[in-house]
Amino acid sequence: MEKRIRVLVAKPGLDGHDRGAKVVARALRDAGFEVIYTGLRQTPEQIVEAALQEDVNVVALSLLSGAHNHLFPRIVAMCKEKGMSDVLIVGGGVIPDADIAGLKAAGVSAVFTPGTPTGSIVEFIKTNVK
Amino acid sequence: MAEYTGKVEKSLAKFPERKNLAYNRLYTPLDIEGLDYEKDLSFPGQYPFTRGVQPTMYRGRFWTMRMYAGFSTAEESNKRYRYLLESGGTGLSCAFDLPTQIGYDSDDAIAEGEVGKVGVAIDSLADMEILFDSIDLGKVSTSMTINAPASVLLAMYIAVAEKQGVSPDKLNGTIQNDILKEYAARGTYIFPPKPSMRLITNIFEYCSKSVPNWNTISISGYHIREAGSTASQEIAFTIADGIAYVDAAIKAGLNVDDFAGRLSFFWNAHNNVLEEVAKFRASRRVWAKVMKERFGATNPKSWMLRVHTQTAGSMLTAQQPDNNVVRVALQTAAAVLGGTQSLHTNSKDEALALPTEDSVRVALRTQQIVAYESGLADVVDPLAGSYYIEALTNQIEKEAWEYIGKIDDMGGAVVAIEKGYIQREIQESAYKWQMEVENKQRIIVGVNQFQVAEKPIEGLLRVDASVGELQKKKLADLRARRDNGAVADKLAALEAGCKDENTNLMPLILEAVKVYATLGEICGVMRKVFGEYEAHVSL
Repeated sequence: MEKRIRVLVAKPGLDGHDRGAKVVARALRDAGFEVIYTGLRQTPEQIVEAALQEDVNVVALSLLSGAHNHLFPRIVAMCKEKGMSDVLIVGGGVIPDADIAGLKAAGVSAVFTPGTPTGSIVEFIKTNVK
Repeated sequence: MAEYTGKVEKSLAKFPERKNLAYNRLYTPLDIEGLDYEKDLSFPGQYPFTRGVQPTMYRGRFWTMRMYAGFSTAEESNKRYRYLLESGGTGLSCAFDLPTQIGYDSDDAIAEGEVGKVGVAIDSLADMEILFDSIDLGKVSTSMTINAPASVLLAMYIAVAEKQGVSPDKLNGTIQNDILKEYAARGTYIFPPKPSMRLITNIFEYCSKSVPNWNTISISGYHIREAGSTASQEIAFTIADGIAYVDAAIKAGLNVDDFAGRLSFFWNAHNNVLEEVAKFRASRRVWAKVMKERFGATNPKSWMLRVHTQTAGSMLTAQQPDNNVVRVALQTAAAVLGGTQSLHTNSKDEALALPTEDSVRVALRTQQIVAYESGLADVVDPLAGSYYIEALTNQIEKEAWEYIGKIDDMGGAVVAIEKGYIQREIQESAYKWQMEVENKQRIIVGVNQFQVAEKPIEGLLRVDASVGELQKKKLADLRARRDNGAVADKLAALEAGCKDENTNLMPLILEAVKVYATLGEICGVMRKVFGEYEAHVSL
């Protein structure tokens, strides 16, 4: 039997708005993925450690506070340092279009902004997990 | 009749998204049978306040037009406040950045990347002095969205006022100070529930004596709704939180009529205009009954649910953002027809970034147009007696009581939150909403229907990335300049006070603030004694 895709849904930084993260987490679970949710206020170190421990295929970051340019690239870099270059990293939240190219250049594979149907996130993950 | 029913079935088959609505198709006198005018509605300004808390409502004066603002440094936010007051805003509403809301100084490692982003960074009284520079605190009323460290920011506000020569009894405003909804829906908690409730009752007691016109709490459904609740859940969970605060204050030895008149509420104004109007009306009736019947309050002021409203940020779309102007106008109509005391209107670009000065002006103008041109404010509670509005008010009240009953049975809102019950109910509703949008049972214009190819949006507000460094430098200067011996003494006194449950902490916090102890230092002392809240994570 094929191994189920494992996803870590994480809230980096101090932002407490987790409606989107929880809705996405549940939609991913309903789509047949194994989903772990970190809860709020996770440091990049904690997220990368959790991703390593849980042996996930995907790290899905959710952020609305504007700290994405600082936090997302750090998480990508730390994943690489830990040898998790196969892990797909995606992000979502209130993220201006102008920042998306920079985040992608830093190694975030996709950025899902408000209004994205959960189905598109599911499809993206299915297509892109190595 | 058969012919009529057949026609209806045929047209509903053609428009399936109109079929599964929660409401009846038509309302008639049969839907409000048994409604007793004097008992259930009464006159505005009279128990149970269904028709409004004041007898004249907007005929006397409009609601306070209070725009929520704050970003970057105290200097930048001070400019925005003065701009809003000059543009006809009638009150201030301060947004603090996340480190401030969670009791960290800007130079704390955990604050990196967050300083000045979603609100203004306030590290000490020195920042607060700049924030209100050239704004007369004796004349303006200020609302501060601050919860876990509300006592510290209130102390800073009192201290700035004293420096301006304004005594605390002349101050008007509100601190949000609603920790229960932070655990349930918004996430900016610091301490566990017990010491948090103590800080809140300390504030009730201190203000009842020293800052009598201050609204000591704004019990907030807004964030519960943003997190995904329904209208009924919004008021049910919020009023259950309100019951918990009143209970805690009475247990701490306060007399209900000494503090209840200063409790205020905060509602969301969503898109469904008439449902929202009914929600406002039902909430006033529920709270009046709670205060009179359950807590035995005798002062009519204690029975009144006074409310600040904000239009629903979560209903604004990143797609075709100009459409948000229309959404906000409808939400404004709902808040005004519902009888709010104060209103913030969101800006059209808020699903993308913090608002620009231009988009904030349109948002404020929306309120002014509704106030001066629409006629919606000419008559008190103009929708009263509508079969639909009254039936819906009754229905929402009934649903709210059912939830309040369930929460009572669990042991109150604190227990219900600790068990994760309220969080799960909200998540369930949020998920249901999302699925309805994705299945097109619910149409969101520009998102799942009527889409267009869009150009990237230009001219969004960007907070300068250097603000963190600037705040760090200001803090280093402050620490070098102030009397550090005095700071250590006041922090030691605060620590001793924290350890003695019978001490009111407000005077000790005020003393520490006045010698320029920082927010992070003061909250650090409280963290040390009280510990930190561990969230209940459930999916």
